Amino acid sequence: MNLFYFIAFLSILFALLVIFSKNPVHSVLYLILTFFTFTIHYVLLNAQFLAIVNFIVYMGAIMVLFLFVIMLLNLNKDTEPVKSSLVKFAGIIGGACLLVVIVAAVKALGKSDPVILKQADLGLVKNLGKILFGQFLLPFEVSSLLLFSAMVGAVLLATKDKPVKA
Amino acid sequence: MELSLVIEKFILVAIIFGISLVVAMYSTYAERKVAAFFQDRVGPNRAGPLGILQPLADGAKMFMKEEIIPTRASGLLFIVGPSLAILTACIGTAVIPWGQQIVIGSNLIDLQVTDINVGVLYLFGVVSLGVYGVMIGGWASNNKYSLLGAIRAASQNISYEIAMGLSIIALLMITGTLSLREITEQQHGFWAHGYFTWNFFKQPVGFILFMVCAFAETNRTPFDLPECETELVGGYHTEYSSMKLGFYLFAEYINMFVSSAVMATLYFGGYNYPYMDAVNNALGGTWGPLFGVGVLFLKIVLFIFFFMWVRWTIPRFRYDQLMDLGWKILIPLAIANIVLTGLVSTFLK
Repeated sequence: MNLFYFIAFLSILFALLVIFSKNPVHSVLYLILTFFTFTIHYVLLNAQFLAIVNFIVYMGAIMVLFLFVIMLLNLNKDTEPVKSSLVKFAGIIGGACLLVVIVAAVKALGKSDPVILKQADLGLVKNLGKILFGQFLLPFEVSSLLLFSAMVGAVLLATKDKPVKA
Repeated sequence: MELSLVIEKFILVAIIFGISLVVAMYSTYAERKVAAFFQDRVGPNRAGPLGILQPLADGAKMFMKEEIIPTRASGLLFIVGPSLAILTACIGTAVIPWGQQIVIGSNLIDLQVTDINVGVLYLFGVVSLGVYGVMIGGWASNNKYSLLGAIRAASQNISYEIAMGLSIIALLMITGTLSLREITEQQHGFWAHGYFTWNFFKQPVGFILFMVCAFAETNRTPFDLPECETELVGGYHTEYSSMKLGFYLFAEYINMFVSSAVMATLYFGGYNYPYMDAVNNALGGTWGPLFGVGVLFLKIVLFIFFFMWVRWTIPRFRYDQLMDLGWKILIPLAIANIVLTGLVSTFLK
């Protein structure tokens, strides 16, 4: 349990650093560290497959793309657009409203019971696969179709204004 | 956890770490000798007999050289880059089974640091993490050539990871497990039930795809676009000097060693060899498995030689050719391989 609190502390710390660091590349690197702490959380819950997939997909692929784009754009303080004070004011009000909603939502929750895993080895590849491809086959396939259509849409958008070959 | 287990694993980790460093060190020497052989030259032959001390001399040179950090580089990340590169290169060896259980005194010892049941995925995760060292280093150098090299490395790694994952899926459909220990045990011996046991003979296309992707993931020629000196000066390590440069170069050789070990384990039977039961019986519980370890290392050395052979034979791709090969040839081939594997394993069993 102490380990959990330590990792949870690290998650929140890195998540805050994502917001507070001035340099966007540093933000992305802190986000990677945040995802890494999530991986440790999954391992602590004995969800090995989820842990390693989180590691591969989020840390290894998606964040590489984030880093890729941000490095390519080379964002820094000089190129940051100057925001008018009206936008800042609207941002403060929006953020405060969100805070109220979140606090209300957290207060409405009952005091959480400590999570007890009903099946400790549910997260192992074999059990997870059997459940995904048995009990939850239809939602699984539908979500894969959803991802597929999103991919086709992205490719379509990217090739929309292709120069006509002479 | 018992203390004896911790000590046992600690010793094992230390040995594997030492061996991978030594292999990587002598790979640099072997690379130059192999290059010399292919180009009809002599190669390094001054430091020690046959130039055998050359890697030590190179190492000493790397450590002694002046360390330069460019003024406009981002200080900490400039150091994190090469550290991360060498770290991710080294942790891949943790799940590789180096041999059968070995008898030392009265204890039975596993020659594998940890047999997690998602071993293959772990390796895959380590591979996907490897690109961060290059990216962070290239960006932190604050040099446009380094940045271009880093960006090339990122897009190349992402593209070839997909084909690599798909080629492994076809293999996993046959083995039915993600544990590297079990995959190796399934390839016991060489011939069983009227067919070869090694996965290469069941997945030849998958192996070739995996190998091509391994070349791309280790940034070896013909896929060494991130450090293409004709276009990018030195690529992502243009601004690096001294041992930080050494770490980048060294990480490439460790990666080569690890990917050779993975290829040998997944497709070429790992520590298995023909007539191994007879040899094990003759040599006993200590020397038999050790002989198996030797066989695995022989396979690894052959793969490393193959890496070098390709480097000095095939010229570098152009960047668009690299992307075309990854997306338009390797990925469709890998998907076709999965479908074929599925059909064969459904109708033949």
